[in-house]
Amino acid sequence: MPVVERPAGAQAPAGRAPRSRGTRASAVRPGARGGRRQVSARTQRAVAAWLLATPFFALFLVFYAAPMLASFVMGFTDLRSTDLRHPLAVNLVGIDNYRRLASDETFRKAVVNTVLFVPVTLALTMVLALAVAVALHKGVERFRTLFRVGYYLPYVTAIVAVSVVWRVMYQHDSGVINRVLGFIGIDGPNWLESTTWSLPAIVIMTAWRGMGYQMVLFLAGLQAIPEGLYEAAEVDGASRWQRFRHVTLPMLRPTVLLGAVLGTIGLVQWFEEPFVMTRGGPLNSTLSVSMFTYNQFGFGNYSYAAAASYTIFAAMVALTAVQFRLLRSNT
Amino acid sequence: MTTATTYAPAAAGRRARRARRARRGRQWWIYALLLVGLVLAVAPFVWMVLSSVKPDAEVRQVPPTWWPENPTLDNYRELFQRLNFPRFFANSVIVATAVTLGNVVFCTMIGYALAKLSFPGRRTLFALVLAMLMIPTVATFVPLFVLVSNFGLANTFGGLILPFLAQPLGVFIMRQFIVGLPDELIDAARVDGAGELRILARVVAPLCGPPIATLAVITFFAQWNNFLWPLVVAQSEDKYTLPVALALYSIGQNNARFGLLMAGAVVIVIPILIIFAFLQRYVVQGIAVTGLKD
Repeated sequence: MPVVERPAGAQAPAGRAPRSRGTRASAVRPGARGGRRQVSARTQRAVAAWLLATPFFALFLVFYAAPMLASFVMGFTDLRSTDLRHPLAVNLVGIDNYRRLASDETFRKAVVNTVLFVPVTLALTMVLALAVAVALHKGVERFRTLFRVGYYLPYVTAIVAVSVVWRVMYQHDSGVINRVLGFIGIDGPNWLESTTWSLPAIVIMTAWRGMGYQMVLFLAGLQAIPEGLYEAAEVDGASRWQRFRHVTLPMLRPTVLLGAVLGTIGLVQWFEEPFVMTRGGPLNSTLSVSMFTYNQFGFGNYSYAAAASYTIFAAMVALTAVQFRLLRSNT
Repeated sequence: MTTATTYAPAAAGRRARRARRARRGRQWWIYALLLVGLVLAVAPFVWMVLSSVKPDAEVRQVPPTWWPENPTLDNYRELFQRLNFPRFFANSVIVATAVTLGNVVFCTMIGYALAKLSFPGRRTLFALVLAMLMIPTVATFVPLFVLVSNFGLANTFGGLILPFLAQPLGVFIMRQFIVGLPDELIDAARVDGAGELRILARVVAPLCGPPIATLAVITFFAQWNNFLWPLVVAQSEDKYTLPVALALYSIGQNNARFGLLMAGAVVIVIPILIIFAFLQRYVVQGIAVTGLKD
């Protein structure tokens, strides 16, 4: 890769290691050559470092950076599947794709769904996860590992597989969920066939799957809170709720930030759930932006799909920035 | 809960005793609630396994049976004899294993460079890796498909594997661990005249068991479950991975074959659950590493 040249300024934090090694080397072999040896050792090390970085960096350039840039450019062209073999021989169409997106009813519906889905699912997941994490951390001494592993189980499984399982469980008449609801006197809806209930159905399943992940983050965060803070609060006569409100929550701020950022990145891309469970229906009530993108790609509208996908990326970056702003201050 | 504001020793003792009794009472409740949650977390998997050994008609029956009345392995027989599941399973194993091996090797290499070697561009490179964590597949798959097609890699294992060979999370995990290794070890090897590649292979890598295990497990899981890209790039059945096959069956003509679909889900989920049961320590560790350090 030709990227070995970099402005020398980037070299700033050069380690102490090379210098100490140099002095040692010149101690072994004193004389005028010591200085040159030092330089060549450093160059050698830089070359070795770039050699080690090259496979990763090359793959990164080809499979991440280039597509990321191309996706941006593609959004301003009229590339279609018929241009697959000649992707460079296309016309620039300015912001036509984005203008079309703005007036596309289906895309708007997908955006609305995603704007509903992401915060509701994230909030539900994190509240449940925090409750379980606090209960595990403070409330119980035995079976902690069992609980932790059990709650985490759903997160390691494929979304496609759990979506298939939940689709069967959500069936109106033969589904086990409505059967169980029937025991407590609730006449369950036809979850996945209803424009009202299909999105909540997917929210519930997604929270079920993601809870364990957020719980593990919270557990790590809770363990990092010094016990002394609680003791001090107790001496000051703080109640359990006050201790939670004024010690635990503020100390968990970085964890909440991390969980929110990682959670958002994952949720904004929701795709498998509607693909398997509802195909985005009924009446686009569960269509996500990712699924819209995939559908347009399937229709051969490559540049239109690229433009749609970039809105996801832009939203993700914006949301992350906002979360950092909101949660990082006064920690 | 009320809290006394007096600090008299007798009152404190009484309070402590009351607190202890209250805690025991509370614990009972907490265990009960946690247990309910645990049942909810695990129940869908139990339901999945139970349904997979029921004939389709029994899964669709109203109301559904709890325990299989006519347990049968027909669904599995159909998946593995009539349908192409041995092929899909093999594809999933091949792709996930190759991606895992690639990430272990490449991420350890660049992780060592970023952690212990000073070189021009190091900071920029690390910043790039962190920025990559934000790039979602959905934002790149369209041009990636154009690219891969023009490389002649559409519908090949190369097309399935190459885009995932170098992932940022692995670099992050390896770098964070190697930074913590003592410099003296590496300096000593240098004094002995070892080159950097040799130091990495002989001194650093042997110490990297735990992060490599974490990286391997996380990568394998993610790849085994990966869906969007395999769906885009695999165009004929002989290249489908398990999630692609199951998703397409569940929206295709086997749409209503609930027993069969549940068996397909079992084939995807159970191997992962078994691996997880043995290696959960590393998975959870990985989250702690990515979450808390730095």
